[in-house]
Amino acid sequence: MFKETPWVRRKFAVERLVASLFALMAAAMIVPLLLVVAHLFWQAWPSLSWEFISAFPRNNLKEGGIYPAIYGTFLMVAISLAITAPIGILAAVYLNEYARDSWFTRIVNLAVVNLAGVPSIVHALFGVGAFVWITGRPCILAASMTLGIMTLPVIIASTKQSLAAVPMAFREACWNVGASRWQTIRTIVLPNSISGILTGVILQVSRAAGETAPILFTGAVFFRRELPQSPLDQSMSLSMHLFSIATQGGQVPLSIQYGTAVVLLGLVMAFNLGSIVLRIYFRTRKKW
Amino acid sequence: MMAMPQETSGAVQETYSIETHNLSLWYGDFQALHAVSVRIRSGLITSLIGPSGCGKTTLLRCLNRVNERYGNVTTTGDIRVLGKNIYDEDVSLVELRRCVGMVFQRPNPLPISIYENVVFGLRIHTPAAQLSRSVLDEAVETSLKEVLLWDAVKDKLKKRATGLQLEQQQKLCIARLMPLKPQVVLMDEPCSALDARGTEAIEDLMSILGKRFTIVIVTHNMAQARRASEECIYMYMGKIVEHGTTLDVFLRPRNKETENYVEGRYG
Repeated sequence: MFKETPWVRRKFAVERLVASLFALMAAAMIVPLLLVVAHLFWQAWPSLSWEFISAFPRNNLKEGGIYPAIYGTFLMVAISLAITAPIGILAAVYLNEYARDSWFTRIVNLAVVNLAGVPSIVHALFGVGAFVWITGRPCILAASMTLGIMTLPVIIASTKQSLAAVPMAFREACWNVGASRWQTIRTIVLPNSISGILTGVILQVSRAAGETAPILFTGAVFFRRELPQSPLDQSMSLSMHLFSIATQGGQVPLSIQYGTAVVLLGLVMAFNLGSIVLRIYFRTRKKW
Repeated sequence: MMAMPQETSGAVQETYSIETHNLSLWYGDFQALHAVSVRIRSGLITSLIGPSGCGKTTLLRCLNRVNERYGNVTTTGDIRVLGKNIYDEDVSLVELRRCVGMVFQRPNPLPISIYENVVFGLRIHTPAAQLSRSVLDEAVETSLKEVLLWDAVKDKLKKRATGLQLEQQQKLCIARLMPLKPQVVLMDEPCSALDARGTEAIEDLMSILGKRFTIVIVTHNMAQARRASEECIYMYMGKIVEHGTTLDVFLRPRNKETENYVEGRYG
């Protein structure tokens, strides 16, 4: 009774093999992350100091800090966020909550999907042709808008997903006591999807912070003696800075190059951490 | 406000809360209702029975026009609620749904406090300035008492409604309709997610509330239809096959199909 047959034994052997293979692949994800971070820190260590993130570069970028680049990246990302977050979220609310299946929504959805697949360098060229043309010269505003065009479709897609995750039963409950769509959205749908929405937005912000191509011709500069005074100025930026010092043929000390990379990585991780904290905060308030 | 219908036929005066005339409905190309004409009496509990996919829920959802929110739906024909054609231009869906409330298969309390669930409808329908604390408090107490839930939850009104037991959640969903003073309550298998005790509690509640407004209940549970309803409608393939008093439908069905179904030979 209940004896293991050879067939069952074989089944379990395969099972173990498959499970360990999958686990190995999952573990393999950690290795490159640790290696990259360790290598970066190891190489950057000599340059890392308070001065490095608070001072201007000196002596042809070979000494000093990268403060203006940090400042510029912050500014570009902040402006791009201020432009895209409202547009993206409102568009997604429309698409998910109001729009019916029509040729209009199909075209919008098609545009969103395709825009998300456009390479960033193509966005950059579009930015030059459109935004730089409008502002008259490359500047932070044009760079931010280019970053915005790049992140917008993904923000729309992730926001739509968060909205769709709110159970239909809640909407039905609202409609059946006579709530309008907007009342439903304001009182129930948004409060229950805000954590997902913000997470999606912040992840795109951190992606924008790391991009070089879209700002290359639209607003970032190699070096600037003072901080930008307005969005119509040009500015240094971290990714651009890293790109330029890394391609200068070994004149800039390696530790400064790696230091810039560490700061950029730290910034992106800080954004991601922020999104995790927000997520946890909102999740404690949401239960069903 | 819609006027109460006064339909007089000889000595017997009968009123109908809901009348449909030649109501057909399509989801895209699929026709779910075929020229349904039915009159549902005021102040009674009417059950809608029939096999899955026969159009019971579809018919129910037509009665407060909430079907229209589910996408590609086309309807033809008339629906009169309290004598008023609800497809008339001057009918406000918001007011219609306030008058014709709905209870769902799966209890769907909103993910807010018990208190806020009960007053949700009031808040939706009334400018905030007109809702003083005392009005809201009173509405909560009366409504929860009406559904026999007050004693169980009066000390945790600020707690999340989604944490209640299923039976209590369902009662809360009924309580949520109360402040709006509905005339008709539509119930879509309100007990199918509940255990026997919960089912009994909801049925008891229905028999109390049934005296105050018209109830239309969709159910898969034939015993429930028999216990809890006064009139019964048997539907099959989007058509009304039989409509009569519950006793007649179960004991003296006029139609062979009805007989097969109520005796459990299929469905």
